[in-house]
Amino acid sequence: MNEILEILSHNARITPEEIAKLTGQSVSAVKNAVKKYEKDGVIVQYKTVINKELLEDTHPLVRALIEVSITPQKDVGFDYIAERIYSFPEVKSCYLVSGTYDLLVEVEGENIQTVSNFIASKLSPMSNVRGTATHFLLKKYKEDGHTLKKGKEKQRLNISY
Amino acid sequence: MDISKKVEQLKPSGIRLFFDLVLNMKDVISLGVGEPDFVTPWHIREKAIFSLEQGYTSYTSNKGIIELRRLICHHLQKRHGLAYDPEEETLITVGVSEGLDLAVRAILNPGDKVLVPDPSYVSYPAVVELAGGKVILLKTDIHNGFKFSAREIDKLCAKGAKALMINYPCNPTGASYTKKELLEIARVAERRDLIVISDEVYDELTYDFDHTPLSSLPGMKKRVIYLNGFSKAFAMTGFRLGWACGPAKVIAAMTKIHQYTMLCASITSQMAALEALRGNNHDVLDMKKEYMRRRRFVVSRLNEIGLDCHMPEGAFYVFPSIKRFSKNSVEFATDLLKKKNVALVPGVAFGSSSEGYVRISYASSYENLKEALLRIESYLKQ
Repeated sequence: MNEILEILSHNARITPEEIAKLTGQSVSAVKNAVKKYEKDGVIVQYKTVINKELLEDTHPLVRALIEVSITPQKDVGFDYIAERIYSFPEVKSCYLVSGTYDLLVEVEGENIQTVSNFIASKLSPMSNVRGTATHFLLKKYKEDGHTLKKGKEKQRLNISY
Repeated sequence: MDISKKVEQLKPSGIRLFFDLVLNMKDVISLGVGEPDFVTPWHIREKAIFSLEQGYTSYTSNKGIIELRRLICHHLQKRHGLAYDPEEETLITVGVSEGLDLAVRAILNPGDKVLVPDPSYVSYPAVVELAGGKVILLKTDIHNGFKFSAREIDKLCAKGAKALMINYPCNPTGASYTKKELLEIARVAERRDLIVISDEVYDELTYDFDHTPLSSLPGMKKRVIYLNGFSKAFAMTGFRLGWACGPAKVIAAMTKIHQYTMLCASITSQMAALEALRGNNHDVLDMKKEYMRRRRFVVSRLNEIGLDCHMPEGAFYVFPSIKRFSKNSVEFATDLLKKKNVALVPGVAFGSSSEGYVRISYASSYENLKEALLRIESYLKQ
């Protein structure tokens, strides 16, 4: 990955001036590169990773991973039916996978009931969907490389040779 | 109790007070740390745990587990084309620190002179003095990028030195030597018949050119004691593990001291090190990439705020001059610590010619570095 993208992927709040210092490039070169990545859709969005499990005041949302078996359609294969599924806002991610089922769909809802309803009324009855198997997430340990655990106290000495 | 005169005369401790102050303070942003800010990669820690579960808790042979010595030699062959015999020419030590002590004690007779760079890592003059040797300082400063030249070595050799200690990339300055510069040093070492103790523990953190081990140069293998370890390349400082390679005769002598004083390095650490060398080196490469960026950032910020700083070739240290603001590095560091809660190491800790400098370690998160430099900037503006 390009160095600017690598830095931004770890810290979206870093300024072009700072990136310039880190990479040894000029500020305007960095700005232009970022602008181009945004325009080309390489940079999709700048977002914050939030550990919702630590937020006590909000009602936690429920997530489920759903294995979906489908019958591919002539000419458009899996893409057509995948698009019909991922267009629902309840669907947070959608992957075509190898193995015993076809699509792995991640769905979010307010509680088990809403997620179940979505599956029963929207997903399962869809033509070409042959079957589903739903796994509700019970606890998140790690997400996208981030370990979701409270930071440990640092263990290094303040000073050493 | 009556203490040995030799030990009592050992320097420092002007700086001990400063260290105690830092260690007891809370909420300090520290740029004073001489170890990576990464935890040992998980596959290595996992292997150490597994070895304990399997009951590997005994002594090992004095020289260290033979498979580990073989792997180290294989690694040196592959990485640098160095050919060392794992049986006769390799010793596993408790960190490079022990390696330094053994090397010096194995070669020195009372009164023998050793060329020691100034500034240098804190233990260099101390181990020479403890071994009964005499230190001849090889001074470097910011104008020559903290490097000494072959000519300077040659000049000082007129005083009759037996050995030269060299550390590149260097703690505390980050300076390193190109192959061309090393070839010149090698030529003088040969002409002056010097034994060279070469501490290359930061070799994996060389940024602008490839690291060349001194012993890989023509004619040098027979006069170099090559020291390296796992602390920096694999973020394994607390495991305390290093190695020494050299001619069979000197390794045998070092092993003799090692067996009477240390017996062997910890078996858990040796098991972990086996895994470190067997694994891929992605962790090392990622770490190096990250340090390279922080180096650029720190050097550019320091020069911006008025602390003259050269661009070091390796390690994770920069060694800026504070002379425009203060003559006394301990006072400067103490005042900065008290007023801004930023810790760094006064240059004088690394030798008298480093008064007027401080060591800043960029083995700290980018956010920390950014904040610390803002605080130093506001301190200097007062």
